[in-house]
Amino acid sequence: MERTYALIALFAALIAALGLIPKITLTSGVPITAQSLGIMLCGTVLGAKRGTLAVVLFLLLTALGLPLLAGGRGGLAVFASPSAGFLIGFPLAALTAGLAMTYLPMGRLALRAFLAAWLGGVLVLYLPGIVGMAITLDKSLVQASALAMPFLPGDTLKAVVAGLTTAAIARLRPGIMSTPP
Amino acid sequence: MISLTSPIVTPYHHIAAAPKLACLCLYTFAALLTDNLHVQMAGALLVGALYLLAGWHFAKLGFRRLRPIWWFIAVIVLWHCAHREFSIAAEISLRLAATMGLANLVTMTTRLDDLISLVEHLTRPLRRLGMPLHGLGLMIALVIRFTPVLAKKGSLLAESWKSRSRRPRPGWRMVAPLAVLAIDDSERVAESLRARGGIEVRNRVLEWNAPTR
Repeated sequence: MERTYALIALFAALIAALGLIPKITLTSGVPITAQSLGIMLCGTVLGAKRGTLAVVLFLLLTALGLPLLAGGRGGLAVFASPSAGFLIGFPLAALTAGLAMTYLPMGRLALRAFLAAWLGGVLVLYLPGIVGMAITLDKSLVQASALAMPFLPGDTLKAVVAGLTTAAIARLRPGIMSTPP
Repeated sequence: MISLTSPIVTPYHHIAAAPKLACLCLYTFAALLTDNLHVQMAGALLVGALYLLAGWHFAKLGFRRLRPIWWFIAVIVLWHCAHREFSIAAEISLRLAATMGLANLVTMTTRLDDLISLVEHLTRPLRRLGMPLHGLGLMIALVIRFTPVLAKKGSLLAESWKSRSRRPRPGWRMVAPLAVLAIDDSERVAESLRARGGIEVRNRVLEWNAPTR
């Protein structure tokens, strides 16, 4: 009981910490925030239920006015911004990644976690994200999708990192995983 | 961890959180529903006036807090002006500026503990339905406490990696150790919560101490 509460709270803090550390660069010269990496990890490591709760807790604190989003953003204004759809997609992404971890029939944990992270953190995350941009910027869905495409390679790389990281965590702290390797 | 509440106290600080949030929700929905340029212009002027009414320094601080959105608006305006759609450019940028400005105003003038108690109040019906929300206040406090702790541990990890490597940045290699540190911290937090009687007992004690009517 207390373990679940503490784990959810600490993973919400981990999402925030990954957004606050600016120095993570995946490919040379292109800085990418690791915030959505934290969202993917919540799903692949904690599973659907605990992972989604951690992300919801993180968003709640952001809405309450704490500068937890990448670049120190926060408050209610971000929920009216063009990226609001992505914020609403965050819990859906963690939920999808968690469910995919349970139901994907895959041998290698790293591969299964990569696919789960990609399904949640890219495919499911982009849908509300693109709809959100289309509404706030008065664009068609096709135009809004074109705006999101530059982020696709970076986010796919993040899913790879999430897969490798999940496998590493499963090896180091096997008791924490929601699904057996 | 600092919240985004403004240190400059304004008359808006004395308005309760619930009506402010209700107004914000109403305005945002109304602004999304209408395409009328004059309405958006009036809305943006109103929000600007609300900032200025609270004083020049406060308005300047609020303007600075909204800095990311000015870039966004500049890009949108350039894009639409290149396509000769001047009224669309004006409408979208005015709407974005007004809705985000108003949301930022609520955030800047409402204290964090007021918002937390509003959330606890709003989630009370869910709690009656049997949702396990009694530890919500405690979890909020834990996130606020541990975000700077984990950020600090992350930068320490990066420093120790840098001192051992020829490359300047650890990049993705520090994500796994940072996550493991978070997991270990959560075990210790859970243990100390249990040692103090656990979440259930803590909340029952709080309820006993609450004034009865």
